[in-house]
Order: sequence, then C-alpha cells, then structure tokens
Amino acid sequence: MVAKKPNEARIVITGVGLTAPNGNNLAEFRKSLLAGKSGIQKFNVRYMGEVLAGICHFDPLKYQKKKELRRGTRAGSIAIYCAQEAIADAKLDLACLDKSKIGIYLGITEHGTVETENEIYEIKQFDYDVKYWSHHHNPRVVANNPAGEVTLNMGITGPHYTLGAACAGGNIGLTQGLQMLLLNEVDLALAGGISESTGSFGIFAGFKSEGALASHADPEKACRPFDKDRNGVVVSEGGCIFVLERLSDALNRGAKIYGEIVGYAINSDATDFIFPDKDRQVECMKLALDKAGISPEDIDIINTHGTGTVEGDPVECQAMREVFGEHLHAYINNTKSFIGHAMGAAGALELAGNLPSFEDYIVHPTINLDHLDPECHLNNLVINEPKKIDKVDYILNNSFGMLGINSVVIAKRFEE
Amino acid sequence: MTKEQIKATILEIIAQIIPDEDLSNLKGDIPLREQVELDSMDFLDIIMELRKRYGIEVPEDDYMQLATLDGSIAYLEPRMKEL
Repeated sequence: MVAKKPNEARIVITGVGLTAPNGNNLAEFRKSLLAGKSGIQKFNVRYMGEVLAGICHFDPLKYQKKKELRRGTRAGSIAIYCAQEAIADAKLDLACLDKSKIGIYLGITEHGTVETENEIYEIKQFDYDVKYWSHHHNPRVVANNPAGEVTLNMGITGPHYTLGAACAGGNIGLTQGLQMLLLNEVDLALAGGISESTGSFGIFAGFKSEGALASHADPEKACRPFDKDRNGVVVSEGGCIFVLERLSDALNRGAKIYGEIVGYAINSDATDFIFPDKDRQVECMKLALDKAGISPEDIDIINTHGTGTVEGDPVECQAMREVFGEHLHAYINNTKSFIGHAMGAAGALELAGNLPSFEDYIVHPTINLDHLDPECHLNNLVINEPKKIDKVDYILNNSFGMLGINSVVIAKRFEE
Repeated sequence: MTKEQIKATILEIIAQIIPDEDLSNLKGDIPLREQVELDSMDFLDIIMELRKRYGIEVPEDDYMQLATLDGSIAYLEPRMKEL
C-alpha cells in the first residue's frame, strides 16, 4: 500500500454532465445501461446514405442561444451542454467561483473534419469558388473549438484546450484535468471528452474502407464486442465532462463525491497506425495499477475498450488475461455495445456509466453478446443482464486509440 | 424587386443571422449595430448571403453604406431592381 496522500493531493469527481445516444444525464444513461437499452439508430450521412450511428437527443437550446448554435459547432454544443450540466450536478454556482481558476480539458478524436466537409459541400454548389467559403471556418475548426465555446458560453477565463488522443481522448482529458489540479494550476477542472464524429461522412467512409464499419439488420444489435458475429465499429457522437476538485475543496463545501481518481496511465504502442499492441496495453494497465498502489486482484469492475472489431477485441482480452490472470475475479463489461463508439467521448462516458456501481453494486452488462468468440473469453464477463456483486471498491477503465495511444483510469469508491 | 421587397429580404436575412433578436421595431435610420446584437462576423454573414442568393458583391469600401436598414435599401435598390 502507498502512504495516504493529503486531501490536497487527492482528486475527486463531484459532478457529471453527459449526453449519450441513450441518455442525456447520468441517471438516464445508467437506467438505459441497466435496462439493456441501446441508442443506435439508422442515420443518413452525406454521400454514404443510410448508416447506423449513435445520435444524441439533448436540447442544445437549454444552454445556448440560436445564434450561438448557428455560429458554433456540434462539438461546441455538446461540450457546452455537458459542462453546464456538470456544474449544475456538482451544485456549484458559477457566479460564486473564481472563473480564472477553472480549467477546461476535453479529449477529442478529431476536430474540424465535420466543418471542413460542410464547407466543401457548400462551395460545391458554386463550382468550388472559394469566395463562398465561410468566414466562420477558422474559429470553427481550430482544435480548441469545443473547449473554447464552453468558455464563451460560461464566461470561464482559466485555461481551455482539447487533447487530440483518438479514441483514448476521454480518459486523457480526465487525466489532464487531474494533473492540472495536482499542479495547482487551477482549482476546478471541467474534464472529459467530446465527439461530433457522426457529422462527418469521412469518418464513416474511412471505417468502411478499412472493413471495420458495423452493419446489422437491427441497428440496436450492430455493436457487438466479443461476439463471434461482430463486424466493426458503430460511429457515435456524445460527450461527458466531469467536475474534478481536490478532495480538500470538495469536503469544505460538502460536495457529493462520485469517486476518487487514484490511478491513471498513458503510453504508446509505437507499432502500427491502426492495429493495437497487446504488450503496451498490458504495460498501460500495470502502470495505472502501480500509480494507484494496488494489485490486479483489487479491481472489481473492468470497463473494456472493445469496439466490436474483429482484430481489436481479442487483443484487449489477451492483455487483460495477462494482467489479471486467467481466473480474474473482476467483473468485466462494455459500454460501446449500447451506445456505439463515441470516439473522443468514449472513455469519459464509459467511466461515468460505471460510477453508480460504487453505490448500487450493480455491474451493467455487455449487450449483443449472443455467441461469445472463444478468443474473447474472460471470466466474469457480464453478459446481457446486469450483475449484482458483493463489493465495488475499484473500477478500471480502458480506452485505446489509433496511432497506438493507450489510456487507463482507475476510480476508487470514496472514503475519507 | 421593389423597395419593400428589398427591405423584407434584408430583414429576412438578418433574422436568419441573429435569430434571437426581435426585429419588429428596427428603426431605418439608426445603425443596426446600435439596435441589435450584430457583430462584424454577423455583418459578413449578410454580405455572404447577398453574394450566395443574388450574386451581389459588396466591396469592403462600401460596407458602411449598409450600416442602417435605410442605407442598405438605398444601396441595394439599383443592384436588386432587376431581380
């Protein structure tokens, strides 16, 4: 065991704001995850026609004016909605906070793709004459756009930026927020991940060209990690932003504490543009466990990255077997089977969806797992139905991304 | 287009650009930016809409002539009367 840290060096989650294809706040999202409710639907994409996707149905006008919506981006709207909901959930009053000490750190898979495609489509009507190219293009596509729109909407004057980390972005936004709090750069962090990828035909077409875009007659059954019949990724949009505070501050104001982030790690495969590397995933999980000062057997729930690709899922399963042993006791689930792959938001959404387990001791399942691929066999994989367990002290969340970026976050049940 | 049609067109474009604003009491002789929340990027949207919809080019040197509703109608009338 590591020595107990002072409360100023312990970072806790005190608010959650999210939008997912099957819920627009944590309570709705969790209810869907326990009820087996998918959020995948048919969706028309420019040039592609009908595809399957996870679309969020939050009301952007809850926090934005129509003009802000017209000028900004979908990623900006998702970020604003999540940030506002997180602050409200944390029962914080922005008017009473030093806004220069709030930092915004959002993981993204990509940004600017949607906006660039839209502009090219627009000028196509004018024979590609660039005098019809929008003056809004640059502020829309700068990589900090989603976080910057939050500052404009909420009057936050502390640092804001995004972290481009492919599909590991959500965990990495969270990790960055934690690190900035530990460095005393800010007093409160809005940290997580955002994705607007469903607005881009190129994202869908890219996966299709790779042979990795999921298809199924029933949209809700399309995303099927670990199943023998899995055939790829379902692209989704979404967002999840956490309010992070030092424990000392959270206790001073009597905040509700969802959990403490005790372990985190980020590393790189350095092997391939697309295909994952088992050894580096193993290393990343072990690094996070070391940071938390715990052993593999201390973990109670593992939320897998598993995207439902033929190649990717078995690699992660093998990595988990190596870290946790063939007879691992932790219960294992997967959130993408419900909501598809929310890209930069995935890691944050998937952690959020599991946080209530600290209170209800229920592990949400992996759905659409009808014929388990033997290569993906894991002890205690929670299949299709939620599972009540005896204790939930630690949750480990995997998120991996293209170019071989791996991230792991470990959350602990809060206890003083 | 008649003057009234040009006015209606301008108001329709502005309403699209600043949809949260009430345009019902706009005064024709007072700069738009003094009456509604209309910043320089919004103004460029008006210029872009005129270009896209009607092929009208407004040179930067003429921007000030579109500062008021009346000024906009006067400036656009000769350019839109054949539309």
